Formats: sequence, structure tokens, C-alpha cells
Amino acid sequence: MLDRRDFVQQLLIDRGDLLVVSGLGSATYDVAAAGDHPLNFYLWGAMGGTAMIGLGLALAQPGRRVAVLTGDGDMLMGIGSLATIGVKQPNNLAIVVLDNAHYAETGMQPSHTQSGVDLVAMALACRFKHARAVSRIEDAAEVRKLLHTGEGPILVSARIKEEDVPRVLPLRDGHAIKQRFMDALNS
Amino acid sequence: MQTPTNIETSWPDAIYAHFRRVGVRQVGYVPDAGHSRLIALCQNDPNIADVVLTTEEEGVGLVAGAALGEQRAALLMQSSGVGNCVNMFSLLQNCGFGCVILVTMRGEFGEFNPWQVPMGAITEEVLRLAGFLTYRIENPDDVDDIVGAGCDMAFDGNLQVAILLAQRLIGRKQWTR
Repeated sequence: MLDRRDFVQQLLIDRGDLLVVSGLGSATYDVAAAGDHPLNFYLWGAMGGTAMIGLGLALAQPGRRVAVLTGDGDMLMGIGSLATIGVKQPNNLAIVVLDNAHYAETGMQPSHTQSGVDLVAMALACRFKHARAVSRIEDAAEVRKLLHTGEGPILVSARIKEEDVPRVLPLRDGHAIKQRFMDALNS
Repeated sequence: MQTPTNIETSWPDAIYAHFRRVGVRQVGYVPDAGHSRLIALCQNDPNIADVVLTTEEEGVGLVAGAALGEQRAALLMQSSGVGNCVNMFSLLQNCGFGCVILVTMRGEFGEFNPWQVPMGAITEEVLRLAGFLTYRIENPDDVDDIVGAGCDMAFDGNLQVAILLAQRLIGRKQWTR
């Protein structure tokens, strides 16, 4: 099982102009803990919408790489978006699900993936070009490479430990997060 | 003078013309009979990415992502779909993402199916509570003006605009076949 903070940090090393959308709760804290960056679009709400924001961004910026980092709860709430992404086949979009099989934000209640509901199989059934599960930190370099050069759409289910780690809170003002992102997109 | 038949088929074209004018590049929709012509026009336009959604709620995320990537996006949905979006609408308000939604109304004038009525009856109120400016169109002659003004307000001012296309405009759903 992976340490979520180590894993996300290794994914975002030397990120260049990678565009990152992070799902509410722990995924947003993990991305912030790896180092604040203007090309991070942090979500603090809109549960279930993270992958679709990634799709809209990937379609709008076909020359850039888009990485969605989110939790299993957010992915499950927006599970239909896998089908929608499968129709559009954005080759520049990758989704990393930080899967601890629990709803960490609300007290570690078990999520569907704990019962064996398989996000990787769902992504493959939705015509994702590449989908796999990882659970060793040694895999981080390969996943990082997928984010930058893999043929999308890609989904990686990263099996992380069920620990509750300290919160790292980034910007919360949605207008500020958006404006900073859009300014950086053009610089 | 246009015949009534021509007027009926022309309102989707008037909406599409404004999409072209303001540079809408992504259109999200759940298939809908009332929007079928507009959907087809968007699908046939190489400058528009048409995105078929499993639920209207996905479209709100799509609009936000498109805007973040500097593209304008519009959503097409039935009044029932508005109810599927409510929490996700907070994304548009929180970040100030400009958005135009064209809503084909069900559950009002001449509705045959009572199951459409509860959501149709509260659609405009729900949109207003969620922060949208709402405009309602009953007459085909008003489509060009109102959709044009709505698109300009949404995309020039980063506002959330919903245009309700009344069931009288669209025509009653035919149940005879």
C-alpha cells in the first residue's frame, strides 16, 4: 500500500506545464502538500465533478496534458463520467484515483471499492486506452510518465494506506484559484 | 413571411447562430427531442466538441473545465435535468464561470405526462436559487434577441444564464405513434 503524500509528491516532481485538477478533500490536500502551483485547480466542493472538469479542460487545451487526482468517493459519485470520457477519447487526459477504499473526510466509512467494486475494470469497459492499479511506490515513476506522455484516456487506481494524514489547506477562494490558473496558462 | 412550419424549425438555428457568433466550442447535452435539431447542428460543426453526457450534472463540470481552458461552453437539457445539477451549480458560482443553459420545458402547457410536472413546475425557481439569471421564451420571434443577449451576458460577464424554452414554443410531445 502506498503512502498517499509520498506517491502524489513523486507524481508531481518536475511537472513542467502539467495541468492538475484535484478532487475535494484529501486529494486537494495531497496536491497542495506536494507544493502549491498556479496550474493546480483545487476543488473544495462539487463532489463527483472532478473528472468532468478534467474532460472540459483536456478538450479546450489539446496541446497540454491534464491530470485529475481524486479520491475513490469522488470518482464513484461521478462514475458516469467514465462513460462520457470514453466516448470523447481525450488522449491528453489521465485520472489518478487515490483509493483508500474509505471516505476519509467523513470518518473513514468504507467505500464501494472495499467490497471489490473495480474502477480499473470500469474504465477499461468505458474504452479507456490504459487502466491499471498500482500499490508500490516503485510504480510512481511509471505513473508519472503516463501523466506526461501516455496515450489517454488513462485511469490509474493507486491503492493507498487508510491513514488519516494532516490537512494541508491551499487557496479556498474559487475566483482566485481560477484566475491564478488562467493567468499561468498563458505565461 | 415564414410559414408557421418554418418558424418552428428555425428557432434551433437561431440559437446555433449565436453559438457561432460568440464562439461556443463545447456543447454538453443529454439527448432530448426538443433539442434534437440543435444537437445535430452542433454535432456537424467541426469547431464544436459535442459531448453526450450520462447525466446533466456532468455538463456543469464540463463547462467549468472548458472555461478554465479558455473555451466557451453551453449546455442543452430538459427541465428535469436541471434538478440533476443543483449541487454542481455551486462550482459556477464559486469560481465565476460563464455559462449558458438552454432548457426545454416539460411539465407545463399541454403536458401529457404528470410525472414531468413536479420538476417542470419548479425549474425556473430552482435555477434562480442556484444563482442563474433566467429568461423564458414563449414566442419563436423572441429567440434570436433573448439568446443573443443571454450569451453576451454569460460570456462577457462570467454570469450564469438559463434560457427556458417554453413547451408552447417547442410543441407538445406527441404520444400517438
